[in-house]
Amino acid sequence: MDNSVEKKLALTHFWVAFGAFGLAAVMGLYQVIERSGFFGFLESREVYYASVSTHGVLMGFVLTTFFIMGFGYYVATSSLKLPVWNKTFAWTGFGVALAGVVMAALPLLFGQASVLFTFYPPLKAHPLFYIGATLLVVGSWFWCVSMIVMYMQWKKANPGVPVPLAMFATTGNAILWLWTSAGVAAEVLFQLIPWALGWIDTIDAGLARTLFAWTLHPIVYFWLIPSYTAFYCLVPKQAGGFLFSDEMARAAFILLVVFSLPIGFHHLYMDPEQGHGWKLLHAVGTFVVTLPTFITGFTVIASLEIAGRLNGGKGLFGWIAALPWSNPLVLALILGLLMLIFGGFGGLINASYAMNAMVHNTAWISGHFHLIFGGTTVIMYFGIAYYFWPVLSGKPLYCPSLAIAQLWSWFIGMIIMTTPWHILGLLGQPRRIDSVHYNNLLTLSWEPYEVTMIFGGLILLGSAGLLVYILYKTQISQESYQGEIEYAEPIHAVKDLPNYLNSFGLWNAIIAVFMLIAFGYPILQFFLMETFGSGRWGV
Amino acid sequence: MHIDQLEKRWAGIALGIAGFFVAVILGSALFHGIHAPSNVETIDSAKLHLSEEFAEDKLGASTNPDGSVTVRMVAGRYGFYPKTLTLPAETKLTFRWVSLDVIHGVHIPMTNMSTMIVPGYVAQVQTELHHAGDYPLLCNEYCGMGHAHMWSNIKVVSKAQWEALNKQRGANHG
Ligand SMILES: [Cu+2]
Repeated sequence: MDNSVEKKLALTHFWVAFGAFGLAAVMGLYQVIERSGFFGFLESREVYYASVSTHGVLMGFVLTTFFIMGFGYYVATSSLKLPVWNKTFAWTGFGVALAGVVMAALPLLFGQASVLFTFYPPLKAHPLFYIGATLLVVGSWFWCVSMIVMYMQWKKANPGVPVPLAMFATTGNAILWLWTSAGVAAEVLFQLIPWALGWIDTIDAGLARTLFAWTLHPIVYFWLIPSYTAFYCLVPKQAGGFLFSDEMARAAFILLVVFSLPIGFHHLYMDPEQGHGWKLLHAVGTFVVTLPTFITGFTVIASLEIAGRLNGGKGLFGWIAALPWSNPLVLALILGLLMLIFGGFGGLINASYAMNAMVHNTAWISGHFHLIFGGTTVIMYFGIAYYFWPVLSGKPLYCPSLAIAQLWSWFIGMIIMTTPWHILGLLGQPRRIDSVHYNNLLTLSWEPYEVTMIFGGLILLGSAGLLVYILYKTQISQESYQGEIEYAEPIHAVKDLPNYLNSFGLWNAIIAVFMLIAFGYPILQFFLMETFGSGRWGV
Repeated sequence: MHIDQLEKRWAGIALGIAGFFVAVILGSALFHGIHAPSNVETIDSAKLHLSEEFAEDKLGASTNPDGSVTVRMVAGRYGFYPKTLTLPAETKLTFRWVSLDVIHGVHIPMTNMSTMIVPGYVAQVQTELHHAGDYPLLCNEYCGMGHAHMWSNIKVVSKAQWEALNKQRGANHG
């Protein structure tokens, strides 16, 4: 099958993603330097908060959304062996999303949208920022439709046959994103845009926060699922082995999609506008989502062990040494898992209903999500990029050992930067501050940690630069490469799969019920009680 | 369909771990009353100065008949009002917070006194402070350009000192 158009489609999405990433990394380093206060001439709150907002939007919305779309298109065409459905439609989605990014970038860069990437009404950004962000989401919905249509086309042509696991996961992600982006879409369309344009005078910040919380946790799984897809479907083969269990992988993806949707409330544990009964209910749900992660950890490590032993590794731990550490995708997985283990402990504390009070909105949280998202998820994006680039561009990967160095440096930089962040959180440092000078004895103890973070930031920026350099050099190479994405085979071929592990129909109905229980009254209450909106406050 | 025996066992263990955490959380919430701060109570942020409870002269600490203390404070860009405050240690404290403008958050480092302060709502937290000393109150939610400069101090004194102070104040007023 000639899929040169699909290759171009995926590669274009990837370039937008990593371009945004490179830009955001520069801002990240600036931010750690600025807040330390050691370089007086760099200090500016206006630039700092504009930078933090842009960094968050680029990393959290642009890198992720474009990467996920590019990855999805190519997974769909290569796993189903089908051309991408309606290519004009796919390119239109790309165009809409890109237009949105450009539109949002203007006010961001001019300091007219320094509201951070979670919006924070009644702080008010320029309307273009909200409209741009909405277009980015609308563009991504084109992708969701493409994925679902291709999945259905394939199922129709292959009745009763298990959908390839990679496509099953990708379709699950598209469904998850449609469900979860509805929350932020409602906030932006019915609250933020009319209010920013002056059509309505006040905004209910409590309702806005609740709608955002609807999106805020599943969005993390939207970012993570491509990484998990690589864990299950790509890495075992690259490591020289097999997938331990295809069925358990499907179960894990279903659990992720179904249970990550109705649990967003743990971001509101410390908020006054929701009662504690609802918070407690969501706390229970939050722990259910640890299940698929535990299962994934087990299945992936078991798959690696099989590979290590097939490569000749002996003894209890000999298989670890026998893994191909020089394969970028395998190394990315190993380092990603390590960061997931460290970050997982922190996550348990955040998720614990009452313990959360100790760390809520402190630097601990920034440390935690930089480890889990900036670490585990993003390092897998790197690994995937190194694996996909030669296939998509038709050029061999430029200097694979440099790619290995880049992955290690990202891991080391992330550990150096996030460890002090966690400690600062325990020492009470609030998150999102442009300066650490509070004229208080306690806060003086923060300074050495700020210095350490600058070193972490420097390593991370170097690593980010290296990534973009390697991808660019690969792209412009004169040599040619021919190869396709190879998916891992399960040890036991999948036969007689029950329908509930091969389709999402039943699960969508269950999600609808869960969402109604989890968010029905908590949203309805704002229309039942007397509420007082807030006006418009500039940033 | 094939599921490995090992995998089944692991799924059981994972379920056990998650179940254990849920049990601890439910146990501490339902039997010991340890809850995330929540108090669905609305208030018009634009009219705080006219309100019964949060008018300027009503802010600060007031002792309740049962000996507990209620602390009423307003958060606004960029400070917590009243600016300084003395509180007793080892006493049941109920903080009631409102915002006069945007979203703020407040915490006292290394204690569990933490809440978001969302305009339009009254945030209420119950806690006890165990050690005397000066504590910063820090704004922990981005609220605009002055966010990092939004902080105040509270002084925590022993229960005996607090009672002595209150007597004095009573005498002065009398
Ligand atoms: Cu504030």
